[in-house]
Amino acid sequence: MSEKTTVAAVEGLLVADPSAPRLLGSRCKACGTYYFPAEHTLCRTPTCSSTELESVELSTEGVLWSYTSANYKPPAPFVAKEPFEPFAIAAVTLEREQLTVLGQVVPGVGVDALKTGMAMELTLGTLHEDDEQRYLTWQWKPVGH
Amino acid sequence: MSQEVAVLGVGMHPWGKWGESFVKYGVRAAQDALRDAGLAWNDVDFVAGADTVRNGYPGYVAGATFAQALGWSGAEVVSCYGACASGAQAISVARSRILSGEAKVALVVGADAAPKGFFAPQGGRRPDDPDWLRFYLHGITNPTYFGLWARRRMDLYGATSSDFAKVKVKNARHGLHNPNARYRKEVTEDEVLGSKVVADPLHLLEICATSDGGAALVLTSLDFARKHTTKPVTIPAVSTVTPAFPNTVIEMPNLATDSGASSGPPETPFKASIAKRAYDRAGVGPEDVDVAEVYDLSTALELDWYEDIGLCAPGEAERLIRDGDTTIGGRVPVNPSGGLACFGEAVPAQAIAQVCELTWQLRGQAEGRQIEGAKLGVTANQGLFGHGSSVIVKR
Ligand SMILES: [Zn+2]
Repeated sequence: MSEKTTVAAVEGLLVADPSAPRLLGSRCKACGTYYFPAEHTLCRTPTCSSTELESVELSTEGVLWSYTSANYKPPAPFVAKEPFEPFAIAAVTLEREQLTVLGQVVPGVGVDALKTGMAMELTLGTLHEDDEQRYLTWQWKPVGH
Repeated sequence: MSQEVAVLGVGMHPWGKWGESFVKYGVRAAQDALRDAGLAWNDVDFVAGADTVRNGYPGYVAGATFAQALGWSGAEVVSCYGACASGAQAISVARSRILSGEAKVALVVGADAAPKGFFAPQGGRRPDDPDWLRFYLHGITNPTYFGLWARRRMDLYGATSSDFAKVKVKNARHGLHNPNARYRKEVTEDEVLGSKVVADPLHLLEICATSDGGAALVLTSLDFARKHTTKPVTIPAVSTVTPAFPNTVIEMPNLATDSGASSGPPETPFKASIAKRAYDRAGVGPEDVDVAEVYDLSTALELDWYEDIGLCAPGEAERLIRDGDTTIGGRVPVNPSGGLACFGEAVPAQAIAQVCELTWQLRGQAEGRQIEGAKLGVTANQGLFGHGSSVIVKR
Protein backbone atom coordinates (compact mmCIF):
# COMPACT_ATOMS: atom_id res chain seq x y z
CA MET A 1 0.00 0.00 0.00
CA SER A 2 1.29 3.41 -0.91
CA GLU A 3 1.87 6.00 1.77
CA LYS A 4 -1.00 8.50 2.12
CA THR A 5 -0.21 12.17 1.77
CA THR A 6 -0.92 14.41 4.75
CA VAL A 7 -2.63 17.79 4.48
CA ALA A 8 -3.94 20.37 6.91
CA ALA A 9 -7.66 19.81 7.49
CA VAL A 10 -8.23 23.52 6.92
CA GLU A 11 -5.90 25.75 4.90
CA GLY A 12 -4.21 28.72 6.52
CA LEU A 13 -4.50 27.80 10.19
CA LEU A 14 -1.51 25.55 10.67
CA VAL A 15 1.73 24.29 9.17
CA ALA A 16 1.12 20.57 8.84
CA ASP A 17 4.79 19.64 9.17
CA PRO A 18 5.04 16.72 11.61
CA SER A 19 8.62 17.62 12.54
CA ALA A 20 7.71 21.25 13.37
CA PRO A 21 3.97 21.87 13.76
CA ARG A 22 2.97 25.51 14.05
CA LEU A 23 -0.19 27.59 14.23
CA LEU A 24 -0.46 30.42 11.72
CA GLY A 25 -1.73 33.75 12.95
CA SER A 26 -1.10 37.38 12.29
CA ARG A 27 0.32 40.34 14.18
CA CYS A 28 -0.42 44.05 13.93
CA LYS A 29 2.74 45.88 12.89
CA ALA A 30 1.58 49.03 14.68
CA CYS A 31 0.44 47.83 18.11
CA GLY A 32 1.73 44.25 18.30
CA THR A 33 -1.61 42.54 18.92
CA TYR A 34 -1.82 38.94 17.70
CA TYR A 35 -4.71 37.25 15.91
CA PHE A 36 -5.67 33.61 15.56
CA PRO A 37 -7.17 32.77 13.15
CA ALA A 38 -5.17 35.41 11.27
CA GLU A 39 -6.66 38.85 10.69
CA HIS A 40 -5.34 40.72 7.66
CA THR A 41 -7.91 43.44 6.96
CA LEU A 42 -7.86 45.69 10.00
CA CYS A 43 -6.35 45.57 13.49
CA ARG A 44 -9.25 45.04 15.88
CA THR A 45 -7.71 47.00 18.74
CA PRO A 46 -10.19 49.90 18.69
CA THR A 47 -7.51 52.53 19.38
CA CYS A 48 -5.19 51.21 16.65
CA SER A 49 -7.08 50.54 13.41
CA SER A 50 -3.88 49.78 11.50
CA THR A 51 -4.20 47.88 8.23
CA GLU A 52 -0.60 46.63 8.38
CA LEU A 53 -0.83 43.06 9.63
CA GLU A 54 1.84 40.42 9.05
CA SER A 55 1.60 36.64 9.06
CA VAL A 56 3.31 35.02 12.04
CA GLU A 57 3.83 31.58 13.51
CA LEU A 58 2.49 31.41 17.05
CA SER A 59 4.35 30.07 20.08
CA THR A 60 4.21 26.30 20.26
CA GLU A 61 4.18 26.13 24.05
CA GLY A 62 1.78 27.57 26.58
CA VAL A 63 0.11 27.15 29.95
CA LEU A 64 -3.05 25.09 30.50
CA TRP A 65 -5.89 27.56 31.27
CA SER A 66 -8.53 24.87 31.68
CA TYR A 67 -9.60 21.52 30.26
CA THR A 68 -12.59 19.27 29.79
CA SER A 69 -13.64 16.16 27.89
CA ALA A 70 -15.93 15.13 25.05
CA ASN A 71 -17.53 11.96 26.38
CA TYR A 72 -20.24 11.82 23.72
CA LYS A 73 -19.78 11.83 19.96
CA PRO A 74 -19.90 15.42 18.63
CA PRO A 75 -22.21 16.02 15.64
CA ALA A 76 -21.10 16.61 12.02
CA PRO A 77 -19.06 18.23 10.56
CA PHE A 78 -16.87 16.45 13.12
CA VAL A 79 -15.80 13.08 11.72
CA ALA A 80 -15.75 10.73 14.68
CA LYS A 81 -13.85 7.48 14.87
CA GLU A 82 -16.07 4.38 15.07
CA PRO A 83 -16.43 3.26 17.73
CA PHE A 84 -16.24 6.71 19.29
CA GLU A 85 -13.44 7.22 21.78
CA PRO A 86 -13.85 10.05 24.31
CA PHE A 87 -11.08 12.66 24.21
CA ALA A 88 -9.90 15.59 26.31
CA ILE A 89 -9.95 19.22 25.16
CA ALA A 90 -7.53 21.86 26.41
CA ALA A 91 -7.52 25.66 26.53
CA VAL A 92 -3.88 26.76 26.40
CA THR A 93 -2.70 30.33 26.97
CA LEU A 94 0.30 31.41 24.89
CA GLU A 95 2.41 33.77 26.96
CA ARG A 96 3.94 35.99 24.30
CA GLU A 97 0.67 36.34 22.38
CA GLN A 98 -1.53 36.56 25.52
CA LEU A 99 -4.22 34.57 23.82
CA THR A 100 -5.84 31.23 24.59
CA VAL A 101 -6.23 28.52 21.95
CA LEU A 102 -8.53 25.51 22.23
CA GLY A 103 -7.71 22.11 20.85
CA GLN A 104 -8.03 18.38 21.34
CA VAL A 105 -5.54 16.73 23.64
CA VAL A 106 -3.52 13.86 22.13
CA PRO A 107 -5.11 10.40 22.37
CA GLY A 108 -4.18 8.59 25.55
CA VAL A 109 -4.03 11.72 27.72
CA GLY A 110 -7.30 12.07 29.63
CA VAL A 111 -8.49 14.73 32.07
CA ASP A 112 -6.95 12.84 35.00
CA ALA A 113 -3.49 13.54 33.58
CA LEU A 114 -4.14 17.28 33.24
CA LYS A 115 -3.89 20.13 35.71
CA THR A 116 -4.53 23.83 35.23
CA GLY A 117 -1.22 25.70 35.01
CA MET A 118 0.79 22.84 33.52
CA ALA A 119 3.02 23.41 30.49
CA MET A 120 1.56 22.23 27.19
CA GLU A 121 2.99 21.95 23.71
CA LEU A 122 1.61 21.87 20.21
CA THR A 123 1.59 18.72 18.11
CA LEU A 124 -0.27 17.33 15.11
CA GLY A 125 -2.87 14.61 14.97
CA THR A 126 -5.01 12.93 12.33
CA LEU A 127 -8.52 14.33 12.28
CA HIS A 128 -9.81 11.85 9.72
CA GLU A 129 -8.61 10.16 6.52
CA ASP A 130 -9.89 8.98 3.16
CA ASP A 131 -8.32 6.67 0.56
CA GLU A 132 -5.62 9.12 -0.50
CA GLN A 133 -5.07 11.59 2.30
CA ARG A 134 -4.79 12.06 6.03
CA TYR A 135 -6.27 15.35 7.27
CA LEU A 136 -4.31 16.88 10.12
CA THR A 137 -5.27 19.28 12.88
CA TRP A 138 -3.36 20.65 15.84
CA GLN A 139 -3.51 18.97 19.22
CA TRP A 140 -2.15 19.80 22.65
CA LYS A 141 -0.04 17.52 24.85
CA PRO A 142 1.69 17.98 28.19
CA VAL A 143 5.32 19.07 27.62
CA GLY A 144 7.58 16.03 27.56
CA HIS A 145 4.70 13.59 27.08
CA MET B 1 -38.14 62.02 30.24
CA SER B 2 -38.71 58.76 32.05
CA GLN B 3 -36.68 55.90 30.66
CA GLU B 4 -39.19 53.33 31.90
CA VAL B 5 -41.66 51.34 29.87
CA ALA B 6 -44.41 49.22 31.40
CA VAL B 7 -44.78 45.46 31.13
CA LEU B 8 -48.56 45.37 30.87
CA GLY B 9 -48.88 41.73 29.87
CA VAL B 10 -46.85 38.53 29.95
CA GLY B 11 -47.54 35.08 28.55
CA MET B 12 -45.79 31.80 27.88
CA HIS B 13 -46.40 28.56 26.06
CA PRO B 14 -45.15 25.75 28.33
CA TRP B 15 -41.66 24.42 27.53
CA GLY B 16 -41.41 20.79 26.40
CA LYS B 17 -40.97 18.65 23.33
CA TRP B 18 -44.32 19.13 21.68
CA GLY B 19 -43.39 18.41 18.07
CA GLU B 20 -45.35 21.34 16.65
CA SER B 21 -44.50 24.56 14.84
CA PHE B 22 -42.73 27.36 16.70
CA VAL B 23 -45.36 29.70 15.27
CA LYS B 24 -48.05 28.01 17.32
CA TYR B 25 -46.05 28.40 20.55
CA GLY B 26 -45.45 32.07 19.82
CA VAL B 27 -49.08 32.77 18.97
CA ARG B 28 -50.27 31.08 22.17
CA ALA B 29 -47.81 33.07 24.26
CA ALA B 30 -48.83 36.30 22.49
CA GLN B 31 -52.52 35.65 23.09
CA ASP B 32 -51.85 35.00 26.78
CA ALA B 33 -49.81 38.18 27.07
CA LEU B 34 -52.57 40.24 25.39
CA ARG B 35 -55.22 38.68 27.63
CA ASP B 36 -53.03 39.41 30.65
CA ALA B 37 -52.73 43.03 29.52
CA GLY B 38 -56.48 43.33 28.92
CA LEU B 39 -55.80 44.36 25.32
CA ALA B 40 -56.73 43.03 21.90
CA TRP B 41 -54.40 42.18 19.01
CA ASN B 42 -55.72 45.21 17.12
CA ASP B 43 -54.36 47.47 19.89
CA VAL B 44 -50.80 46.41 19.00
CA ASP B 45 -48.98 48.78 16.64
CA PHE B 46 -45.48 47.28 16.86
CA VAL B 47 -44.33 43.64 16.85
CA ALA B 48 -40.79 42.62 17.76
CA GLY B 49 -39.99 39.01 16.96
CA ALA B 50 -36.96 37.13 18.30
CA ASP B 51 -35.65 34.91 15.49
CA THR B 52 -35.04 31.19 15.44
CA VAL B 53 -32.49 29.90 12.92
CA ARG B 54 -33.62 26.27 13.15
CA ASN B 55 -37.03 26.58 11.54
CA GLY B 56 -36.35 27.88 8.05
CA TYR B 57 -37.25 31.25 6.59
CA PRO B 58 -40.29 31.94 8.82
CA GLY B 59 -37.90 31.76 11.75
CA TYR B 60 -35.56 34.42 10.28
CA VAL B 61 -38.46 36.85 9.94
CA ALA B 62 -40.14 35.97 13.22
CA GLY B 63 -41.74 39.41 13.69
CA ALA B 64 -43.65 39.18 10.44
CA THR B 65 -44.34 35.48 10.92
CA PHE B 66 -46.11 36.14 14.22
CA ALA B 67 -47.86 39.25 12.86
CA GLN B 68 -49.23 37.23 9.94
CA ALA B 69 -50.29 34.36 12.19
CA LEU B 70 -52.13 36.75 14.51
CA GLY B 71 -53.77 38.37 11.44
CA TRP B 72 -52.18 41.13 9.34
CA SER B 73 -53.16 44.39 10.99
CA GLY B 74 -50.77 46.88 9.47
CA ALA B 75 -48.63 46.88 12.61
CA GLU B 76 -44.95 47.64 12.11
CA VAL B 77 -42.52 44.78 12.68
CA VAL B 78 -38.87 44.03 13.42
CA SER B 79 -37.13 40.66 13.60
CA CYS B 80 -34.06 40.34 15.82
CA TYR B 81 -31.27 37.83 16.04
CA GLY B 82 -28.63 37.71 18.76
CA ALA B 83 -28.42 33.95 19.37
CA CYS B 84 -29.48 33.28 22.98
CA ALA B 85 -29.83 37.03 23.45
CA SER B 86 -32.35 37.46 20.60
CA GLY B 87 -35.16 38.07 23.06
CA ALA B 88 -33.33 40.94 24.73
CA GLN B 89 -32.67 42.51 21.33
CA ALA B 90 -36.40 42.37 20.58
CA ILE B 91 -37.26 43.82 24.01
CA SER B 92 -34.71 46.57 23.50
CA VAL B 93 -36.07 47.63 20.09
CA ALA B 94 -39.68 47.56 21.32
CA ARG B 95 -38.74 49.58 24.39
CA SER B 96 -37.02 52.22 22.25
CA ARG B 97 -40.06 52.51 19.98
CA ILE B 98 -42.28 53.12 23.02
CA LEU B 99 -39.87 55.66 24.53
CA SER B 100 -39.59 57.55 21.24
CA GLY B 101 -43.36 57.73 21.02
CA GLU B 102 -43.44 55.87 17.69
CA ALA B 103 -45.35 52.96 19.21
CA LYS B 104 -48.07 52.79 21.82
CA VAL B 105 -48.44 49.06 22.35
CA ALA B 106 -45.58 46.73 21.45
CA LEU B 107 -45.79 42.95 21.38
CA VAL B 108 -42.51 41.06 21.89
CA VAL B 109 -42.56 37.37 20.94
CA GLY B 110 -39.98 34.60 20.81
CA ALA B 111 -40.56 30.90 20.23
CA ASP B 112 -38.58 27.86 19.15
CA ALA B 113 -39.00 24.27 18.13
CA ALA B 114 -35.58 22.80 18.94
CA PRO B 115 -33.83 19.70 17.64
CA LYS B 116 -32.76 16.88 19.96
CA GLY B 117 -29.22 16.60 21.32
CA PHE B 118 -26.23 18.87 20.68
CA PHE B 119 -26.80 22.05 18.71
CA ALA B 120 -24.82 21.65 15.45
CA PRO B 121 -23.73 24.22 12.87
CA GLN B 122 -25.36 24.69 9.48
CA GLY B 123 -24.29 22.35 6.67
CA GLY B 124 -21.64 22.81 3.99
CA ARG B 125 -17.90 23.42 4.27
CA ARG B 126 -17.53 26.89 5.80
CA PRO B 127 -14.00 27.34 7.20
CA ASP B 128 -14.55 31.10 7.67
CA ASP B 129 -17.30 30.40 10.22
CA PRO B 130 -15.88 29.83 13.72
CA ASP B 131 -18.99 27.82 14.58
CA TRP B 132 -18.20 25.36 11.77
CA LEU B 133 -14.46 25.33 12.53
CA ARG B 134 -14.77 24.36 16.17
CA PHE B 135 -17.00 21.37 15.40
CA TYR B 136 -14.97 20.18 12.42
CA LEU B 137 -11.41 20.65 13.69
CA HIS B 138 -11.85 19.64 17.33
CA GLY B 139 -15.33 18.28 18.01
CA ILE B 140 -15.97 21.21 20.34
CA THR B 141 -19.65 21.40 21.33
CA ASN B 142 -21.37 23.94 23.59
CA PRO B 143 -20.89 21.72 26.69
CA THR B 144 -17.12 21.83 25.98
CA TYR B 145 -17.13 25.51 26.97
CA PHE B 146 -19.35 24.81 30.01
CA GLY B 147 -16.82 22.17 31.09
CA LEU B 148 -13.84 24.50 30.61
CA TRP B 149 -15.45 27.26 32.67
CA ALA B 150 -16.52 24.78 35.39
CA ARG B 151 -13.02 23.27 35.70
CA ARG B 152 -11.61 26.78 35.90
CA ARG B 153 -13.84 27.51 38.93
CA MET B 154 -12.58 24.35 40.60
CA ASP B 155 -8.93 25.16 40.05
CA LEU B 156 -9.22 28.87 40.77
CA TYR B 157 -11.73 28.94 43.63
CA GLY B 158 -11.85 25.40 45.01
CA ALA B 159 -15.37 24.71 43.75
CA THR B 160 -16.43 21.09 44.06
CA SER B 161 -18.75 18.84 42.07
CA SER B 162 -21.02 18.92 45.08
CA ASP B 163 -21.28 22.74 44.81
CA PHE B 164 -22.28 22.45 41.17
CA ALA B 165 -24.82 19.71 41.91
CA LYS B 166 -26.42 21.89 44.59
CA VAL B 167 -27.39 24.38 41.87
CA LYS B 168 -29.35 21.69 40.06
CA VAL B 169 -31.00 20.50 43.27
CA LYS B 170 -32.06 24.09 44.07
CA ASN B 171 -33.40 24.86 40.60
CA ALA B 172 -35.27 21.55 40.38
CA ARG B 173 -37.00 22.43 43.64
CA HIS B 174 -37.77 25.97 42.45
CA GLY B 175 -39.40 24.77 39.25
CA LEU B 176 -41.47 22.06 40.89
CA HIS B 177 -44.70 24.07 40.82
CA ASN B 178 -44.05 26.18 37.74
CA PRO B 179 -46.75 25.26 35.20
CA ASN B 180 -44.54 26.40 32.28
CA ALA B 181 -41.50 24.30 33.26
CA ARG B 182 -40.68 21.17 31.27
CA TYR B 183 -39.01 19.22 34.09
CA ARG B 184 -40.89 19.24 37.38
CA LYS B 185 -39.17 16.66 39.53
CA GLU B 186 -36.91 16.93 42.55
CA VAL B 187 -33.40 15.53 42.21
CA THR B 188 -30.81 14.74 44.84
CA GLU B 189 -27.15 15.62 44.78
CA ASP B 190 -26.36 11.90 44.46
CA GLU B 191 -28.59 11.58 41.41
CA VAL B 192 -26.88 14.54 39.76
CA LEU B 193 -23.41 13.20 40.47
CA GLY B 194 -24.50 9.70 39.47
CA SER B 195 -25.56 10.79 35.99
CA LYS B 196 -23.05 10.32 33.17
CA VAL B 197 -20.20 12.81 32.69
CA VAL B 198 -20.78 14.70 29.44
CA ALA B 199 -18.02 17.32 29.58
CA ASP B 200 -15.79 16.81 32.60
CA PRO B 201 -16.49 17.88 35.36
CA LEU B 202 -20.14 18.29 34.34
CA HIS B 203 -22.75 15.54 34.35
CA LEU B 204 -25.78 15.06 32.13
CA LEU B 205 -28.12 16.50 34.78
CA GLU B 206 -26.00 19.65 35.01
CA ILE B 207 -26.29 20.66 31.36
CA CYS B 208 -29.50 22.15 30.02
CA ALA B 209 -31.53 20.39 27.37
CA THR B 210 -33.00 21.96 24.23
CA SER B 211 -36.73 22.58 24.32
CA ASP B 212 -39.77 23.85 22.47
CA GLY B 213 -41.45 26.87 24.03
CA GLY B 214 -42.65 30.42 23.57
CA ALA B 215 -42.81 33.65 25.56
CA ALA B 216 -44.33 37.07 24.96
CA LEU B 217 -44.57 40.52 26.52
CA VAL B 218 -46.88 43.47 25.95
CA LEU B 219 -44.93 46.69 26.49
CA THR B 220 -46.51 50.15 26.69
CA SER B 221 -45.67 53.63 27.92
CA LEU B 222 -46.11 54.29 31.63
CA ASP B 223 -48.98 56.69 30.96
CA PHE B 224 -50.81 54.12 28.87
CA ALA B 225 -50.26 51.43 31.50
CA ARG B 226 -51.57 53.58 34.34
CA LYS B 227 -54.96 53.71 32.60
CA HIS B 228 -55.10 49.93 32.82
CA THR B 229 -53.45 49.09 36.13
CA THR B 230 -52.63 50.93 39.33
CA LYS B 231 -49.04 49.86 39.80
CA PRO B 232 -47.44 48.51 36.64
CA VAL B 233 -44.24 46.50 36.54
CA THR B 234 -41.69 48.46 34.53
CA ILE B 235 -38.47 47.97 32.60
CA PRO B 236 -36.14 50.86 33.44
CA ALA B 237 -33.17 49.47 31.52
CA VAL B 238 -32.06 46.90 28.96
CA SER B 239 -28.42 46.05 28.21
CA THR B 240 -27.34 44.54 24.89
CA VAL B 241 -23.59 45.17 25.27
CA THR B 242 -20.84 43.59 23.20
CA PRO B 243 -17.42 42.74 24.69
CA ALA B 244 -14.66 45.31 25.06
CA PHE B 245 -11.44 44.41 23.23
CA PRO B 246 -9.56 42.31 24.11
CA ASN B 247 -11.99 39.62 25.24
CA THR B 248 -9.41 37.33 26.84
CA VAL B 249 -11.84 34.68 28.16
CA ILE B 250 -12.68 31.91 25.70
CA GLU B 251 -16.25 32.29 24.39
CA MET B 252 -18.55 30.14 22.31
CA PRO B 253 -18.11 29.44 19.41
CA ASN B 254 -14.50 30.61 19.10
CA LEU B 255 -11.33 28.51 18.91
CA ALA B 256 -9.24 31.28 20.43
CA THR B 257 -9.55 34.43 22.52
CA ASP B 258 -8.49 37.93 21.59
CA SER B 259 -4.87 38.75 22.37
CA GLY B 260 -4.09 40.90 25.38
CA ALA B 261 -0.49 41.35 24.22
CA SER B 262 -0.69 45.07 23.54
CA SER B 263 -3.50 46.29 25.79
CA GLY B 264 -3.81 43.77 28.65
CA PRO B 265 -7.14 42.32 29.76
CA PRO B 266 -10.09 44.75 29.84
CA GLU B 267 -11.08 46.50 33.06
CA THR B 268 -14.46 44.77 33.10
CA PRO B 269 -14.59 41.28 31.58
CA PHE B 270 -17.45 40.76 29.12
CA LYS B 271 -19.78 38.77 31.34
CA ALA B 272 -19.45 41.26 34.18
CA SER B 273 -20.14 44.16 31.82
CA ILE B 274 -23.55 42.79 30.78
CA ALA B 275 -25.61 43.48 33.93
CA LYS B 276 -23.38 46.42 34.87
CA ARG B 277 -24.63 48.40 31.87
CA ALA B 278 -28.24 47.66 32.87
CA TYR B 279 -27.62 48.66 36.50
CA ASP B 280 -25.90 51.89 35.46
CA ARG B 281 -28.66 52.76 33.03
CA ALA B 282 -31.37 52.13 35.66
CA GLY B 283 -29.46 53.92 38.40
CA VAL B 284 -29.47 50.86 40.64
CA GLY B 285 -26.88 48.34 41.82
CA PRO B 286 -26.62 44.69 42.79
CA GLU B 287 -27.48 45.63 46.39
CA ASP B 288 -30.98 46.61 45.19
CA VAL B 289 -31.70 43.21 43.63
CA ASP B 290 -34.39 41.04 45.26
CA VAL B 291 -34.49 38.32 42.61
CA ALA B 292 -32.50 37.29 39.54
CA GLU B 293 -33.06 35.07 36.53
CA VAL B 294 -29.76 34.01 34.97
CA TYR B 295 -28.79 31.80 32.06
CA ASP B 296 -27.86 28.51 33.70
CA LEU B 297 -26.72 26.62 30.60
CA SER B 298 -24.82 24.56 33.19
CA THR B 299 -24.86 24.38 36.98
CA ALA B 300 -21.37 25.88 37.24
CA LEU B 301 -22.29 28.72 34.90
CA GLU B 302 -25.02 29.83 37.31
CA LEU B 303 -22.27 30.34 39.90
CA ASP B 304 -20.29 32.48 37.43
CA TRP B 305 -23.38 34.66 37.01
CA TYR B 306 -23.68 35.29 40.78
CA GLU B 307 -20.36 37.07 40.51
CA ASP B 308 -20.95 38.64 37.12
CA ILE B 309 -24.24 40.27 38.20
CA GLY B 310 -22.55 41.47 41.38
CA LEU B 311 -24.29 39.36 44.02
CA CYS B 312 -20.85 38.52 45.45
CA ALA B 313 -17.16 38.97 44.72
CA PRO B 314 -15.29 36.58 42.39
CA GLY B 315 -14.65 33.29 44.17
CA GLU B 316 -17.56 33.66 46.61
CA ALA B 317 -20.37 32.07 44.62
CA GLU B 318 -19.84 28.64 46.16
CA ARG B 319 -20.50 30.13 49.58
CA LEU B 320 -23.81 31.58 48.35
CA ILE B 321 -25.09 28.24 47.07
CA ARG B 322 -23.82 26.37 50.16
CA ASP B 323 -25.51 28.86 52.53
CA GLY B 324 -28.81 28.81 50.65
CA ASP B 325 -28.58 32.54 49.85
CA THR B 326 -29.87 32.01 46.31
CA THR B 327 -32.68 29.62 47.27
CA ILE B 328 -36.23 30.98 47.58
CA GLY B 329 -36.37 32.27 51.16
CA GLY B 330 -32.68 33.18 51.04
CA ARG B 331 -31.00 36.59 50.74
CA VAL B 332 -31.34 36.94 46.97
CA PRO B 333 -33.06 34.04 45.22
CA VAL B 334 -31.75 33.15 41.75
CA ASN B 335 -33.81 31.35 39.11
CA PRO B 336 -37.06 31.01 41.08
CA SER B 337 -38.63 29.82 37.80
CA GLY B 338 -36.40 26.75 37.93
CA GLY B 339 -34.14 28.25 35.25
CA LEU B 340 -32.90 26.41 32.21
CA ALA B 341 -32.42 23.41 34.50
CA CYS B 342 -36.22 22.98 34.55
CA PHE B 343 -37.03 24.56 31.19
CA GLY B 344 -34.31 23.55 28.77
CA GLU B 345 -33.28 26.09 26.21
CA ALA B 346 -35.78 27.52 23.70
CA VAL B 347 -33.25 30.00 22.34
CA PRO B 348 -35.26 33.03 21.12
CA ALA B 349 -37.83 32.74 23.90
CA GLN B 350 -35.42 32.53 26.80
CA ALA B 351 -34.58 36.18 27.51
CA ILE B 352 -38.29 37.03 27.19
CA ALA B 353 -39.26 34.20 29.54
CA GLN B 354 -36.86 35.60 32.14
CA VAL B 355 -38.81 38.88 32.09
CA CYS B 356 -42.13 36.98 32.32
CA GLU B 357 -40.91 35.27 35.50
CA LEU B 358 -39.69 38.50 37.10
CA THR B 359 -43.01 40.19 36.24
CA TRP B 360 -44.97 37.42 37.96
CA GLN B 361 -42.59 37.62 40.95
CA LEU B 362 -42.96 41.39 41.27
CA ARG B 363 -46.74 41.22 40.94
CA GLY B 364 -46.92 38.49 43.60
CA GLN B 365 -48.36 35.99 41.11
CA ALA B 366 -45.60 33.34 41.15
CA GLU B 367 -47.67 30.65 42.74
CA GLY B 368 -45.70 27.97 44.57
CA ARG B 369 -42.39 29.84 44.10
CA GLN B 370 -43.18 33.39 45.24
CA ILE B 371 -40.43 35.57 46.68
CA GLU B 372 -42.15 37.71 49.28
CA GLY B 373 -41.99 41.44 48.73
CA ALA B 374 -39.73 41.36 45.65
CA LYS B 375 -39.48 44.87 44.18
CA LEU B 376 -36.54 44.73 41.77
CA GLY B 377 -35.20 41.95 39.60
CA VAL B 378 -32.41 41.51 37.09
CA THR B 379 -31.99 39.07 34.21
CA ALA B 380 -28.68 38.04 32.68
CA ASN B 381 -28.04 36.11 29.54
CA GLN B 382 -25.48 35.86 26.77
CA GLY B 383 -25.69 34.93 23.12
CA LEU B 384 -22.98 33.48 20.86
CA PHE B 385 -20.78 35.95 18.96
CA GLY B 386 -20.72 38.62 21.68
CA HIS B 387 -24.34 39.34 22.59
CA GLY B 388 -24.91 40.51 26.15
CA SER B 389 -28.44 40.57 27.50
CA SER B 390 -29.68 41.98 30.78
CA VAL B 391 -33.01 43.49 31.75
CA ILE B 392 -33.93 45.32 34.96
CA VAL B 393 -37.54 44.84 36.03
CA LYS B 394 -39.04 46.77 38.92
CA ARG B 395 -42.24 47.67 40.67
ZN1 LIG C 1 -2.97 47.25 16.01
